[in-house]
Amino acid sequence: MTTTNDPSLNFSTDWKYAPAPESSDHVQLKSRYDLFIDGEFTAPAQGAYFDTCNPATETNLAEVGDGSEDDVNRAVQSARKAYDRVWSRLSGRERGKYLFRIARMIQERARELAVIESMDGGKPIRESRTVDIPLAAAHFFYYAGWADKLQYAFPGREVRPLGVAGQIIPWNFPLLMAAWKIAPALATGNTVVLKPAETTPLTALKLAEIVQEADLPPGVVNIVTGAGATGAALVANPSCSKIAFTGSTEIGKRIQKSLAGTGRTYTLELGGKAANIIFEDAALDQAVEGVVNGIFFNQGHVCCAGSRLLVQESVASIVIRKLKHRLETLVVGDPLDKNTDIGAINSRAQLDKIESYIDRGRKDGLNLFQSECPVPQKGYWCRPTLFIDVAQSHPLVQEEIFGPVLTIQTFRTVEEAVEKANNTPYGLSGGVWTDKGSKIFKVTSRLRAGVVWANTYNKFDPSSPFGGYKESGVGREGGLHGLAPYVSLT
Amino acid sequence: MSEAKQIKASIDDQVVRSEVVELDAFQGGREQRLPILKTYKLYIDGQFPRTESGRYYVLTNASGEALANVCLASRKDFRNSVVAARKAFDGWAAKAPYTRGQILYRMAEMLEGRREQFIAELISMGSARRDAEIETDRSVDRLVYYAGWSDKYQQVFSSVNPVSSAHFNFSLPEPVGVVSVVAPEASGLLGLISTIAPLLVGGNTCVVLASHAKALCAPTLAEVINSSDVPPGVVNIMTGLRAELVDHMSSHMDVNAVMYCESDAQEITTVQTNASLNVKRVVCLEPQSLGEPQAESPYRILDFQEIKTTWHPIGL
Repeated sequence: MTTTNDPSLNFSTDWKYAPAPESSDHVQLKSRYDLFIDGEFTAPAQGAYFDTCNPATETNLAEVGDGSEDDVNRAVQSARKAYDRVWSRLSGRERGKYLFRIARMIQERARELAVIESMDGGKPIRESRTVDIPLAAAHFFYYAGWADKLQYAFPGREVRPLGVAGQIIPWNFPLLMAAWKIAPALATGNTVVLKPAETTPLTALKLAEIVQEADLPPGVVNIVTGAGATGAALVANPSCSKIAFTGSTEIGKRIQKSLAGTGRTYTLELGGKAANIIFEDAALDQAVEGVVNGIFFNQGHVCCAGSRLLVQESVASIVIRKLKHRLETLVVGDPLDKNTDIGAINSRAQLDKIESYIDRGRKDGLNLFQSECPVPQKGYWCRPTLFIDVAQSHPLVQEEIFGPVLTIQTFRTVEEAVEKANNTPYGLSGGVWTDKGSKIFKVTSRLRAGVVWANTYNKFDPSSPFGGYKESGVGREGGLHGLAPYVSLT
Repeated sequence: MSEAKQIKASIDDQVVRSEVVELDAFQGGREQRLPILKTYKLYIDGQFPRTESGRYYVLTNASGEALANVCLASRKDFRNSVVAARKAFDGWAAKAPYTRGQILYRMAEMLEGRREQFIAELISMGSARRDAEIETDRSVDRLVYYAGWSDKYQQVFSSVNPVSSAHFNFSLPEPVGVVSVVAPEASGLLGLISTIAPLLVGGNTCVVLASHAKALCAPTLAEVINSSDVPPGVVNIMTGLRAELVDHMSSHMDVNAVMYCESDAQEITTVQTNASLNVKRVVCLEPQSLGEPQAESPYRILDFQEIKTTWHPIGL
């Protein structure tokens, strides 16, 4: 059957989205935030602060303390003291109650947190209010319940906490990552020093306020803001029994190397380059929707983003056409507008990185498609971008871009799809689209990746372990398996 | 006296073992039978090559007597082994757990059948007979123990996750891939079995560097493996020098994990540093712990597993 009439859709109608901005007047932001150490907000030892800006407007939101090595060491000391004197002696039940309390307080302040998250990080409010904040609360709620039930998680073993956990988190899901790190650590009886990302420190500092309000014993949670040097000081501190890091594979490897021979343990949640595989027997409209969600969710600033589309040759032209049409409907713009699909790129540096990849593709003569939607004058923006027919060896296919850029490759057989999907150093996630159940099990079992979504994508839940194979990291976060990195078993 | 009788008499003078005399007498009088010595080799991809380097070392017992010329494996031997292990991985990992269990049990059967040979080797390397018997018997039993886990550890370590959305979602352990193993130096047989068995039953393939000082059992164990339906390349065994190989075993980019069972702090640092080249998983075990009962645990299997979570929507 040949269909010659290309049913191109015309979106230039009189129907426009009316602006639907979420108000931000209820948000309470101080002009300056100190470091949260030993239960108090205290000024950084060297008195240095840096600005955190709204990437959609390029205006500064607040200045936050730039934690030095001294500050980090003081935070680790306070965490150690809290571990020795209070937290490790507290019963699991009481620990759990603190976590329940934090979960509830996040829920109470969900709206404010969501708006701050979108302002500080650039993500659409629709995502921060339906994904980031509710999931962060759910994470605390989930691990709160484990605190007094750990013996059931590790049959035949005695469970002990590790001590002080140094935790470093990225800018793509600031509060959610803080929850992923802090909740299981506290539930298992550890104390923590958390370093938020330098471009998105505000919700973590709001969480510090919640921790204070929840009356958590001083020193159990410390939050030290800063850039790379602050994180490096945390990793280097020998009193941190454990390092938990989410970020790039490059930095992850450096951390793994620096911990060699120290006897200190680590979990690493690193980069990805996931393949989203569409078979010819898939429900194509759903698959296209899933691919869009897979790569354009959170501007593609997602380690498990489905950044490589592998589509079976027989349906490639249909899928690519549908995908282009769908891209034209995506709204890029004000993160606080409820109609926005793609918000602001998190920082100037990240935008530069994404654009350098797009330039590389252009220079190499690749088949590029970008939607034509208007973008605001000010702020950091990137239109949704496709590269069609890219070679497996091309950097756009092999390297993590961390932006709204999708490469498209075709395949003929299941073997070829699996081969291509697994052919990167990463192994965090993958997607499979087919209406044939047996094919789902065949393909998902052969993908060398820690999270595989079949006929869906980018779904997360506190009860569900997440983490990578190969160079995408070590260890799991979430679920029963997410307890293991924070305990020693005897 | 006939000529034959003269020779017989002269042999009688030399021979101390009476059974030889009797046998010779039965055969009508022959010269003493020269025993066939074994050439100790590597085990790579289901074959028994000598090292490509042509190097060897003389393994001696405590009193300095030579026991064998043992292969001194090279970096190239290791790389060849990794190629074999990688090639074998998909097939071994995809084998039904029941099948893997049967193959491990088969290994136990073969080991039991060669019990006397292993005991003799252990004794020649310095073990007291009683200790050699215990080590061999525990090795057989340990294989049987892990064989039994083949279709159970998944149930212990997997979960169906009660997610809040309309999805069915489960998490299962899967083998980590190709594993480099530095086996404990002090134990010739039990150390090897204790490292290999949990890896194998979990679906991994491996390249093992056996004990240097107690190397005799390693090639013999390879013969056991080779006759137990373990596919070629799943287990590769080298003899050689840790100091020469440990750097390479931990830096190779197609190795997913390292199991290190010695206590040299410098080497541990080397292994852990090299691991960061491609984010290898590293598990360091105290060598003596492998001889003890706690070496039998499903958590040893879990050490070399990845957890994979699979999601599917629930709907019409």
